[in-house]
Amino acid sequence: MSNNLSAWDRVLLARKADRPKALDYIEYIFNDFMELHGDRLYGDDKSIVGGIAYLEDMPVTVIGEQKGKTTKENMERNFGMPEPEGYRKALRLMKQAAKFGRPIITFIDTPGAYPGMGAEERGQGEAIARSMMEMSRLKVPIIAVVIGEGSSGGALAICVADKIIMLENAVYSILSPEGFASILYKDSSKSKEAAEHMKITSYDLKKLNIIDEIVKEPDNGAQEDFEKVAEDLKKSIIKDLKKLLKENPDNLIEERYEKYRKIGRDL
Amino acid sequence: MVIDKIRKINKSDESTEKNVKASDMLVGKWVKCDNCKEILYKEEVHNNFSVCPNCGKHFRISARRRIHQIIDEGTFIETNENMTTKNPLNFEGYEKKIEALKEKTQINEAVKTGFGKINGEDVVIAVMDGNFMMGSMGSVVGEKITCAIEDAIEKKLPIIIFCVSGGARMQEGLISLMQMAKTSEALAKLNEAGLLYVSVLTDPTTGGVTASFASLGDIILAEPNALIGFAGPRVIEQTVKQKLPEGFQRAEFLLEHGFIDKIVERKDMKETLYKILKLHKKGETKNV
Ligand SMILES: [Zn+2]
Repeated sequence: MSNNLSAWDRVLLARKADRPKALDYIEYIFNDFMELHGDRLYGDDKSIVGGIAYLEDMPVTVIGEQKGKTTKENMERNFGMPEPEGYRKALRLMKQAAKFGRPIITFIDTPGAYPGMGAEERGQGEAIARSMMEMSRLKVPIIAVVIGEGSSGGALAICVADKIIMLENAVYSILSPEGFASILYKDSSKSKEAAEHMKITSYDLKKLNIIDEIVKEPDNGAQEDFEKVAEDLKKSIIKDLKKLLKENPDNLIEERYEKYRKIGRDL
Repeated sequence: MVIDKIRKINKSDESTEKNVKASDMLVGKWVKCDNCKEILYKEEVHNNFSVCPNCGKHFRISARRRIHQIIDEGTFIETNENMTTKNPLNFEGYEKKIEALKEKTQINEAVKTGFGKINGEDVVIAVMDGNFMMGSMGSVVGEKITCAIEDAIEKKLPIIIFCVSGGARMQEGLISLMQMAKTSEALAKLNEAGLLYVSVLTDPTTGGVTASFASLGDIILAEPNALIGFAGPRVIEQTVKQKLPEGFQRAEFLLEHGFIDKIVERKDMKETLYKILKLHKKGETKNV
């Protein structure tokens, strides 16, 4: 286990090109994944994949921010940086899941929502805000898994859930350590130092009670033994889902409300 | 002559505000408009809702001043006034910075919340203040906004939020980010209660505030030329490696792209809000 890695070491592991991506986990954990496309408003954003699949024998809806492993794949996936259409597709599929009573599992792996001109013209802020607002009231269990880089509102947009799992070397942050360093230290080269102060590792965030569970990785990251990590993650998802499915849907969303309501309440 | 161009606009009770704090933008007797470069008489600008009488530029104003412009005299009851951050990540120098800002701005955080009346109509109001760490949202801003939304739900009142923000507050890390989810889910409950939320976007409204409660109003108003966006203009320019066109991310641009309902000049804001409130009153139909 990689218990004594620095936060910056984990940032580097989380960003590694050969680190398993959302579709790797989706293919391993679920059966018969059928990808569904489009936001019904403008387009289909390939940086977010979504669809329906079986978890064991239960139909579920699966959403994932998808990075590439090669430059070519990354160009196609926009490096995992969604446009508003990505969030609107995700929300469409999640509302569809609620309609048919399917639990939702989301995979988070993004350097952030794409800061481009088109994204602004088509309401990036609105897309993220609406996704969080509506997710908070969907009456089906939602499990979110941060598998790599969970950066800023672009990650949180699909991370409003009943249970939040983090892979051990994933990071979840308000923005990249480089961005943080350039804003607060006026020096983006201090990103290593920033990473240590930002409390972005799975262990930090478990301590802060923002995430619920950590799935361990081999010493040099999930790519070293993908099957083991994916299998452990699958077990965690199934265990959580069994508990969540026993809850009355009204209680479920009340507890989800309280989960976020309490963050920063102790003032 | 400059003075000739100054339109005399209804002074109402504006001039009774003696409490001009350091947070208000103008010092000395004269001031130069940073937009049209005219030299303006400070008091005239102040009496004109802090809008340039020459070019109409809406200067940034404090939360205190905003409340004075919107809420009926003597009806504002502030809530959670003394709430202050506990520096949840133990970020070095943060508490010191907060203390210095409290001293300088005479407010305790980047938002003021409370109950008040608009031409006699009861509302819950939250007004952000850009003088306090650029209106950034940390745990206190998120908590106060959420409490205000919950107050509206409890008292069955409409809520109005004036936004001005540079985004999520860096010094509180992921705790700040989570305030986006917290405020958004509170608004989902407000929706279920069938209550009105009017969001007013002022210059600038960006980042995590745009990507949460600012964009979720039943009705979204904006002040003229306000910068409104998720990513900041500099970040976008660095990303797309070109200069942004004139007017990009301004209120007029958002109106054209369908993300706000209406642009309202500051002098008309109170009356516009009052009209909206009246249109949402239930159960008084005698003639229909
Ligand atoms: Zn001017």
